[in-house]
Amino acid sequence: MLRDITIGQYYPSGSIIHRLDPRVKFAGTFVYIVSLFVFKTFWGFLPAAVWLITLVIMARIPVKYLLKGLRPMLFLLLFMAAMNLLMTPGEVIGQWWIIKVTKEGIRSAAFMSLRLALLIMGSSLMTYTTTPTALTAAMEHIFRPLKIIRVPVHELAMMMSIALRFIPILLEETDRIMKAQQARGADFESGGLIKRAKAMLPILVPLFVSAFRRAGDLAQAMEARCYHGGKGRTKLHPLKYKLRDIIAYIIMIGYLVGCIFIP
Amino acid sequence: MSIILDHVSHIYNPGTTFEKRALDDISLVIPDGEFIGLIGHTGSGKSTLIQHLNGLLKPSSGNIFFNGQSIFDNDFKMKDLRREVGLVFQYPEYQLFEVSVIKDVLFGPNNLGMKTLDAEVAAYAALKSVGIDESLLDVSPLDLSGGQKRRVAIAGVLAMKPKVLVLDEPAAGLDPLGRREILDTIANIRKEQNITVILVSHSMEDVAQYVERIIVMNKGKIAMDDTPQEVYSHDEELQAMGLDIPEITRLFLRLKKEGYRLPTDVFTVDQAYEAMMK
Ligand SMILES: Nc1ncnc2c1ncn2[C@@H]1O[C@H](COP(=O)(O)OP(=O)(O)OP(=O)(O)O)[C@@H](O)[C@H]1O
Ligand SMILES: [Mg+2]
Repeated sequence: MLRDITIGQYYPSGSIIHRLDPRVKFAGTFVYIVSLFVFKTFWGFLPAAVWLITLVIMARIPVKYLLKGLRPMLFLLLFMAAMNLLMTPGEVIGQWWIIKVTKEGIRSAAFMSLRLALLIMGSSLMTYTTTPTALTAAMEHIFRPLKIIRVPVHELAMMMSIALRFIPILLEETDRIMKAQQARGADFESGGLIKRAKAMLPILVPLFVSAFRRAGDLAQAMEARCYHGGKGRTKLHPLKYKLRDIIAYIIMIGYLVGCIFIP
Repeated sequence: MSIILDHVSHIYNPGTTFEKRALDDISLVIPDGEFIGLIGHTGSGKSTLIQHLNGLLKPSSGNIFFNGQSIFDNDFKMKDLRREVGLVFQYPEYQLFEVSVIKDVLFGPNNLGMKTLDAEVAAYAALKSVGIDESLLDVSPLDLSGGQKRRVAIAGVLAMKPKVLVLDEPAAGLDPLGRREILDTIANIRKEQNITVILVSHSMEDVAQYVERIIVMNKGKIAMDDTPQEVYSHDEELQAMGLDIPEITRLFLRLKKEGYRLPTDVFTVDQAYEAMMK
């Protein structure tokens, strides 16, 4: 159940998308997100959807897996849809008590949820196809100029990649602890809000204890290998553009230009 | 509490590249009161198998019967099952969370809805049987030593008075004396309460002298299921699965091959001594 949370997780399938330079994928995701925001009509999503579907097929990510990534965001999605549905003024087509549903509201709810769903799936596609290490390397590279104004780019990137790496570990741990407490008769599914919140305690306490232990272990292991931050650190696999990366950039520019000029 | 596994398979993450068939067509009968050792190499599916025994995992295919009732029956009560089958996880010390030892042990009995007094009696008895001193009852479980934590965690399950006790690697990561003590404790509990005990381990040496039946798992399948003596006579097959029989047993098997008239049901130095002095 908890393992169903796939957001931010790497999904190895060895496809061409996986082998692209992470910087290309960063740029691609950026372009994709921009393209989601330039349009005000439903038709505007068509190229983005086609783009996403093509990439998903090329990356050989199971559709089921992609949809699973949406699940933790479902609440946010519904919340946004509801807000849009109820808050948009316009031509009223239904009214109960103080709740008014307008034509514009329906349209904007559908529009916003579609955009958010496409946004989430598109950005998770990047993490599905890029290892945390590659992500860090790309981030470090892209944000390198910020070093001039003393932003600790390397450290931030390292923190992010460790955080990403720890998501599955902590989920696994949570799963284990939940099972262990269930074996002791704990019940997480029934009861009111307060009872359920209370039932979280036997999970949260051991989880925090173990997270701190792990963090300590990791810090020690890094220190034992003489890690001392970004300064003077070289890479085992420096990022280098290949032909396919350049082709990808060209396609990307074509997509962006197309999105802006075709309508 | 008889348990029957009928062609049980379990697949993790079906339909993805992470797909893993952890159990492959397992059929087993676990009658009342047996002392069973479940042995297998790392990743052979032991932990997966035992989580089926109290319904934490459900089979991908196949069926499981508890006292003749299928877990897929509509009126099957999971809570009753959790009461009857106590499961102590691998490294159980990491699941302690309460402010004091006694409160942590009371967690299980309270969840089952035992009366306050009954729960307390059960908790004290459980702590006593695992050898936790009364002076430690109000100490925070996080302040105990590793071995003591392990004992408290085991007591937490014992206090629920299970009819079947399943322990996943209860001796892992302890020093030799600690291992011995934990295993002796478990053997004592089983003798006193006459319950079914399933002891998971990857070390034959640990379980040999205690159990009356050994189930050997290999790559999600049951490779052997017999008395220790019978299982150990397949030394070479076991080695191929990455398992080892007790050194002393191997010595006796070898001597027997050379023509000495010696028994082969020798698992400890004490037993060896006795056999040789006869
Ligand atoms: N929650 C899970 N999700 C995916 N795969 C899993 C999960 N739990 C176990 N596995 C896989 O199933 C197989 C069997 O694992 P299991 O934990 O049952 O082995 P084990 O015999 O208990 O090993 P060990 O002696 O190391 O504890 C392993 O290959 C493992 O990687
Ligand atoms: Mg295990």
